[in-house]
Amino acid sequence: MLAATIRVTGDIDLAEECVQDAYSKALTNWRESGIPMNVGAWLTTVARRRAIDVLRRRSTQERLFSLMEDRDNNGSSSVDGEHRPVDDRLRLIFTCCHPALSVDTQVALTLKLLCGLTTPEVARAFLVNEATMAARITRAKKKISTSHIPYRVPTAEDLPERIDAVLSVVHLVFATGHTAPSGSDLVRDDLVVRSLELARMLRELLPAQSDVTGLLALILLTDARRRTRTSPQGDLLLLSQQDRSQWDHDAIEEGTGLVREALRQGPAGRFALMAAIAALHAASPSWENTDWDEIVALYDLLVVTWPSPVVALNRAAAIGLARGPDAGLDALAALDSEPSLSNYSYLASTRATFLRDLGRRAEARASFEEALEHSENEVERAFLRQQIEGLKGSGSIEGSSTGR
Amino acid sequence: MSEYLVLIYESESDWGNASEEVGGKIMTEHNDFMAKNGAAMRGGNALHPTSSATSLRRDPSGKLLVTDGAFAETKEALGGYYLIEAADLDEAIAIAAQVPARFGGVEVRPIRVFD
Repeated sequence: MLAATIRVTGDIDLAEECVQDAYSKALTNWRESGIPMNVGAWLTTVARRRAIDVLRRRSTQERLFSLMEDRDNNGSSSVDGEHRPVDDRLRLIFTCCHPALSVDTQVALTLKLLCGLTTPEVARAFLVNEATMAARITRAKKKISTSHIPYRVPTAEDLPERIDAVLSVVHLVFATGHTAPSGSDLVRDDLVVRSLELARMLRELLPAQSDVTGLLALILLTDARRRTRTSPQGDLLLLSQQDRSQWDHDAIEEGTGLVREALRQGPAGRFALMAAIAALHAASPSWENTDWDEIVALYDLLVVTWPSPVVALNRAAAIGLARGPDAGLDALAALDSEPSLSNYSYLASTRATFLRDLGRRAEARASFEEALEHSENEVERAFLRQQIEGLKGSGSIEGSSTGR
Repeated sequence: MSEYLVLIYESESDWGNASEEVGGKIMTEHNDFMAKNGAAMRGGNALHPTSSATSLRRDPSGKLLVTDGAFAETKEALGGYYLIEAADLDEAIAIAAQVPARFGGVEVRPIRVFD
């Protein structure tokens, strides 16, 4: 039996381990199912199967490490994601997005190993310094190797959750690019482009997964608005102010088709629902003509699938638009005690908008000032300052806002 | 094949408040866990609570300080462990996820091998 196993492994230590393993399995298995007819054959089969399994995992893991090494030694940003075999890219992205790694790490590894960015490029993308990013990636490699994170596509049982994690990472890259959290540009094109690349790759690899289809749709539909989100002078333009004729209608058509497909492919997951909301906006000729009730209905579904405070906030905003600013304020009030939103500028700015609609100008101004405190993006800050200016002469509650 | 330590961290006050019936149920769950994962099992033990722990440290002069209690005060305390063998982290997680730990959770730590 040992010999048969050595023939598979070529490695005596591993063979011995597998044989030992087979004996252990026999103890538990035979207690339940009884002793098999051919004891020798049973043991040999189990030992050999185990050996094959371990070897397969080891060889793919070695390939993963060599991929990570090559990238570093190379130093260049050769994107060979397209040249790698299909299932290798899938294995790679699932490994990069393994839940045992922190989200920051998942994003960094995905950009580096799937988009082919160099470490300095990834650092720039996330506005951290190069040494910090290099350390993050080194720690990630250490974690992968010491805890033996496997290089493979998850089992069918684990797949739904793991796909969601991958989609979250890609969505995060998109969201960061679409509205940069800080800095002087509203949009970081490089990140948007990468996220679209990744979303298309996932669509190619997992064409039947509803949320994968949904994510690609969401990115296309949201990015279709890119050209109109700032004025020629660089000022922020809200969805209500954007020139819809300038939206990318090819992207909208593609995205809308994908939304229909996503909704057909299975029970609507969060990305499919977000995409459906984006599709509704894209289909509306104007802000005023938007079917807000339908959007609220979609948010009602989304908040169940994805009970995130940001989703709840967006739902509250939609309620205000569908049923009036008082209803909007009520819905927002429920979120005031939500700790994760306490520094979230959009909570205050949404509240400010509804207050202003109700003519409560002093309160509106105070809320815009609160929003300004929590925003680090220059384009957004300029917009908020403009709103505050527009409400001057209404007597701010706390007097002068200088000295903050 | 790699070894992992599965550390069980649970709230001792929750344990204290648990009835004998619940305690018995948990014991059964542990036995079931061990039976089901026999092939992966390399060791394991329950520990007495932190009230029975003794900690040792040295002060800057090198003098041994012996104190009553766990090394660090944590919300959940180490209550037991299993030593398991698994092909990779996914397999280790699949096994560790079955460890009964209703008053807290488990940590999966890879064993370091020195060549």
